[in-house]
Formats: sequence, C-alpha cells, structure tokens
Amino acid sequence: MMRVAWLILRKDLTVEVRSREIAYTTLFFAVSCVLVFAFALVREGRGPEDGAAGILWIAVMFAGNLALGRTFERERQSETLRALLLAPASRPAVYVGKLLGILVLLFGTELLLVPLVALLFQARLLAHPFWLIAIMTTGTVGFAAVGTLFAAMLVRARSRDVLLPVLLYPITVPVIIAGVRGTATLLQPELETGIIRFWFALLVTFDVVFVTLALWTFEAVMTD
Amino acid sequence: MTSAAPSLDFDRVTVDDVSRHFGRRRAVSRVSFAAARGAIIGLLGPNGAGKSTLLTMLATLLRPSSGTIRYGTLQAVNAPPALRARIGVLGHDLFLYPELTARENLKFFAALYGLRDADSAARAALERAGLADRGNDLVAGFSRGMRQRVALERALIHEPRLVLLDEPFTGLDEASTSALITRLRSLRDSGAAIVLATHDLDLADGLLDEAVFLREGRMVQLLSRPEGLRSAYRNAMTRPSQS
Repeated sequence: MMRVAWLILRKDLTVEVRSREIAYTTLFFAVSCVLVFAFALVREGRGPEDGAAGILWIAVMFAGNLALGRTFERERQSETLRALLLAPASRPAVYVGKLLGILVLLFGTELLLVPLVALLFQARLLAHPFWLIAIMTTGTVGFAAVGTLFAAMLVRARSRDVLLPVLLYPITVPVIIAGVRGTATLLQPELETGIIRFWFALLVTFDVVFVTLALWTFEAVMTD
Repeated sequence: MTSAAPSLDFDRVTVDDVSRHFGRRRAVSRVSFAAARGAIIGLLGPNGAGKSTLLTMLATLLRPSSGTIRYGTLQAVNAPPALRARIGVLGHDLFLYPELTARENLKFFAALYGLRDADSAARAALERAGLADRGNDLVAGFSRGMRQRVALERALIHEPRLVLLDEPFTGLDEASTSALITRLRSLRDSGAAIVLATHDLDLADGLLDEAVFLREGRMVQLLSRPEGLRSAYRNAMTRPSQS
C-alpha cells in the first residue's frame, strides 16, 4: 500500500511543482483571509483575546477546502482518477496517496500562516512549539482525512464545489472546536497541560476513527 | 480444508445477463456475450446505447445491478485487485497528466502496475508509440493523435490480457487511425482479448471478429465475423424494439 501511496504523492508533488496552481491559490486565499480579519479586529496592535486561534483555524479550513476541490478537479479533467482506481493496487492506497498530497499542501500553508497570525495578532502562538505542532498536525490530519474522502466521492457530482463545504464543515466541527480551543489554550500566560491534553486526545481519536472509516469505505464508495 | 485460489489468468471474459441501472434509468439491460483471447469484439450502437457503461463494468469500476461478469472462472465481484493487472483500459478521456512529460506519465503508470523496471518499460512504450524523440516533452503540448498514441501505450504497458477501448478513433487523423488499427491487429495476434466500443462503423468494418449491437441498453444482435457491418447495423437498429 505505501509504495502506491508514495508513487501518487510523488506524482502529485511533481505536477504541483510544475503548475504551482494549488499552492499559489491556497496560500493567497489563506493570507487574504488572515489579513481581512487583522484589519477588522486588530486595534492598537492587539487582537481580541483568543481571536488568533479562531482566525488561524478559519484560514486553514477555508484554504483546505479550496485545495481539496482543486486537487480532485485536476484528477477529474483527464479522468486520471479512474486510471488510479484501475491500477492493481488496493484502492485505499490511492486514498492514502491523495491524503498525503493534501497534507503536504496544508502543512506548507500553515508554515506561513502561523507566524503571520502570531505577528499580526501579537499572539504567543510559538511559545509552546511542541503542543502547537501536535494540535495543528492532528487537526489538519482529521480535516484532510474527511475532506479527501468527500472530495473523491463528489468528483463526479455536478454541484461538487457547493456540496464539498456543505458536507465537510458539519462533520469536521469537532476538529474545528478542538483545534481552536487547543490553540487558544496555548495563548494563555500559564499553560494548562490538562486542558491541552484533552483537546489533543479528542483530535487523535477523531483522526483514528475517520482515517479508519475512510480506508474501510473508499473501495465501495469509488466502485459505484 | 482450504480451496485453491482461482487463477487470475483467463482465456475468456464472459458477460452473462448483465444489467445496470442508475436509479430508475436502465443503462444496460440483460446483455450477454463473451470475449475470447485473440479476438476483437465491437460494441456498436448510438450514443446512450450502454457501450461505455458495459466497458466500465468490464474494467471493474462499476458493479452490475444483476447478472455476472466472469474473467475465466473468477467472478468480477470476488476479484482481487491483482486482476486489474490483467486489464488495460483506454477511455474516451486519455488518463494522462498534461503537466507531466510522456516519459513521466508512462513511468508513473508502469510503476503503479508494479513493473520491475519502469524506466525500460516507459522507453519501450515510447518507441512503440513512435515518440522516442518527444519523450521529455510535456503531454500538454502534444496533438490529439500523439496523446492518443501515448494513452494507448499507457493502457498496454503492463501487457494486459483484456484490452478495453472506448471510442479510440475519436479525433485521429488518417495516419494515426491506420497506425491504431495496425496496433490492434498485432495485439489480437499476440493473444489479447479486445473489446472496442465505437459508433464509427466504417473503421470497425473488417476489424471486428464479433459485433455486439446495442440499442437503449439492450443487445439487439450478436454477429460473428461480421461483413457489411453498416447494412447489418441499419437493420438491427430499425427493427422494432422488444421491450
């Protein structure tokens, strides 16, 4: 499975390095989103308490939705998704390959977003780097795991651009809440490890459940 | 006691009373035929006759609503992923990444099909396509005919036993069409079973070993060694429907 997933990831990265279409649009959208909130909410160099956490996750989710849609639109244009499904590999390997490609894009976006939000909102986002990485990673994996499954399912739907966020955001509400609350905890002067552990555990549980569910259902979902 | 696993090698693909419905719409209804190795079977019919749906089911991308498709003794519903290594598909869309070069496309699919030496396989495929000198060019810059040649070699790179082609002559000039027909005949001679969906009767005439005429999802006639395909097709299509 991992050989096929790696092949698909490498192919996706090669295509993206050539076109840079998804990386540029995702980054531009995410940065615009943060800038709009910064102009609206930051007064005298300070944003609302915990606001940075919410704005960081809003930007990640919106940009992630854009990246998911475009990634599968690219596979739809030449029907290459069908070619991937025709390969003699287990179909969940195709899911893992596409998921890894989305994760690389989202982690790249977050690398830019975290310092930008920290700077514009004067937020102490980088004060606890270990917990920040843990919360961002698990939250992003949960969001991308559900998003990759839905984006693949909707690839033939006529209203896929509308349906993807309509389906994706309600299901990923636990990720959004845990991500925002976990990140907001990191902004407090005193780190409350118990609280952050709780949100982290919730995110890990969500990841395990939805990655397992996606691997289990992908074959059936893509065959019919 | 364990029973022996069924062989993935097959000499014949059998479509037995297969139907496929999408909601209330009947795309394919009770179609039966067989495709043996060393034969070219044509699925002929107007748009919406169910040709592409049948090919999609043969490619294992869609399950029949009823009836069975068997690859040798193996039923499609029980088929392991490895069965797909015996099937090659050239769709109406070419399944190529325009942002990759012809060589990268072929190498990617060779690796995906588990070929040990993907580099050599891609090089050989480029030579067969007559594009050895354009291998490092992006597919986005190719003409339709060149893309079709790369796509055909992509579909055949793993030497499949069953080759499924959906409207392979679309958009090809005379030279490319002639090259494709030659390639299909050589594939037949090498023992592949070929199922070809087309509505171009002139090109299909003289190429097919069997012709399956489809109309509104139903098989209206099966002809062996068809001659005078156009008049047989006209007769079959104008005959009153038995629904």
